[in-house]
Amino acid sequence: MTTSADAIIDPYAASRETTEGRVFSVTGGDWDSLVTEIGATKEERVVVNMGPQHPSTHGVLRLVLELEGETVTELRAGVGYLHTGIEKNAEFRSWTQGVTFVTRMDYLAPIFNEAAYCLGVEKLLGITDDVSERASVIRVLMMEFNRISSHMVALGTGALELGALSPMIFCFREREKVLDVFEMISGLRMNMAYIRPGGVAQDLPPNALSKIRETVKVLRRDFKDNEKLLIGNTIWMKRTEGVGYLDLAGCTTLGVTGPVLRATGMPWDLRKLQPYSGYENYSFDVVTADTCDVYGRFLIRMGELEQSLRIIEQCVDRLEKLEGQPVMVADKKIAWPSQLALGGDGLGNSLDHIREIMGTSMEALIHHFKLVTEGFRVPAGQVYEAVESPRGEVGVHLVSDGGTRPYRLHFREPSFNNLQSTSAMCEGSLIADVVAAVASIDPVMGGVDR
Amino acid sequence: MSGLFGSSGSGDTSGFGGLVRATVSSGSSERPYGGYFDEVVDDLERAYPDFAEAIEKVVVYRGELTLHVKREKLLEVALILRDKLLFEMSLGVNGVHYPEEVGRELHAVLHLLSMTHNRRIRLEISISESDPHLPSLVEVWAGSNWNERETFDMFGIIFDGHPGLTRILMPDDWRGHPQRKDYPLGGIPVEYKGATVPPPSQRRSYR
Repeated sequence: MTTSADAIIDPYAASRETTEGRVFSVTGGDWDSLVTEIGATKEERVVVNMGPQHPSTHGVLRLVLELEGETVTELRAGVGYLHTGIEKNAEFRSWTQGVTFVTRMDYLAPIFNEAAYCLGVEKLLGITDDVSERASVIRVLMMEFNRISSHMVALGTGALELGALSPMIFCFREREKVLDVFEMISGLRMNMAYIRPGGVAQDLPPNALSKIRETVKVLRRDFKDNEKLLIGNTIWMKRTEGVGYLDLAGCTTLGVTGPVLRATGMPWDLRKLQPYSGYENYSFDVVTADTCDVYGRFLIRMGELEQSLRIIEQCVDRLEKLEGQPVMVADKKIAWPSQLALGGDGLGNSLDHIREIMGTSMEALIHHFKLVTEGFRVPAGQVYEAVESPRGEVGVHLVSDGGTRPYRLHFREPSFNNLQSTSAMCEGSLIADVVAAVASIDPVMGGVDR
Repeated sequence: MSGLFGSSGSGDTSGFGGLVRATVSSGSSERPYGGYFDEVVDDLERAYPDFAEAIEKVVVYRGELTLHVKREKLLEVALILRDKLLFEMSLGVNGVHYPEEVGRELHAVLHLLSMTHNRRIRLEISISESDPHLPSLVEVWAGSNWNERETFDMFGIIFDGHPGLTRILMPDDWRGHPQRKDYPLGGIPVEYKGATVPPPSQRRSYR
């Protein structure tokens, strides 16, 4: 026993008295002295500050937990640590530049942010029907690949946080293949800014379709490894079944969408119910579960992988037939003038285009300069456009005052709304289940804080 | 007029002669609104006797329905929309700042979703900067909680009856509401290891 006078100072577990009670700061290492000290106090109730820097909080999420023993009696989530002011910044850039901003919100599902934003801009411009079929099919292809890569992180890190290390290795192996496809098509693996108002940045490179077909084949084979590891795994099911319960009424009142909502048995998928980019022309199933728990959400994500592959195969078949169609609207007052090309060092202006505007046509140069520096004007008004991202409904509210830049841009981020439900899911459960519940929501803090 | 943090000027940063555009608020749309919009408005008129008084105007634009609601009636309208017209889900509230519209500078915009009927509508409420109060809708849709905190944080709209209206994205001791138009794009100096990095507003001309 040590008294306060001769207490050994443990650099990893210092403590001090405050008006709210004794505060312990733990930073890692051996927690034996902390356990001894807490055990000596008569107080049963402990408030634990988990995060914002914590390996299992899925990014910079802070959870304030009130514990009695191992039971969580109250949970409050603190966000805002990754706020970057993207919405404010976008008000100072042209409509096309906005794409590079919004793609960085939910950084695991960048294509969905771009798609929602561009569909919104096109709705304001009134050119929704002018977007070529080839551009729409490429958008769908990219979105479904992105859904796979996002679910791979959700499953991999979710399993990692519950102590299953191998699934993460397999998931990132698969994700890598999807990112290779992104790199081949857009030049970038993340934050591609590939979808632009009016179409996409550039057409698919030669031989892309055969490479995509190969990737789909490999992915379908390799997904089985994860299924074998987790589906029906006793430890996995004990950690996830009946954990993080949230039923349909809870989801609707809290505005929760995506796999969490579909795990209540509600087949709510905007791709089916409010189709955009031609989703009504693809055959796929909406995966649901009726368990309202973490295991159900996990099964939904696993099932959606196969559905995404089905859609990608249909996209490839269509793209073969649409060879040669433009990927940008014909209106030269809106279409981005640069002709981009993939070079050895990434995406850049094509030399042919530069030769044309610098050497042969002054009008083309003026046009290029005006559109690139000032941008196009968008009629005044407001629209809301929503797409089904891997996490739920990502909606964009765009207000234009008729100028070349957004008057107001707001993202209704699924992570932000879904994260509110952690309190409802976790209060009354064990502290270990909090980690499972948060992982099943799959929040991306870049999207939450924007 | 100088805005928050002493900002002045038009807010135009494109470098094209400081063009200033006046924001135009659209007038009321005329019937038929098209699609399911007529049905929604008719249902609301039937279910809510004070309709004419509460709804300032009905706007249909780009295939979307916007109901402009008076602040005093917002809570009643929200309850009827949820219970009678089955708009079960609120997709959150969001603000827009129109400094030119004197007396109704702050707009709160709500997007509602009816999962039963697969319909969407938008509510818009205009209030003044000097009296930025709105009734909180957390009682109606619990999910409005964080969205209202964000709107308070970014626009300074005070939601009366909110269970804990604090800042959510900006630090608790932050001054000003960043998404207002008179708030400059900029930042605060960041100190790291003794050196100070000036905010972007002082590195490049954003003012």
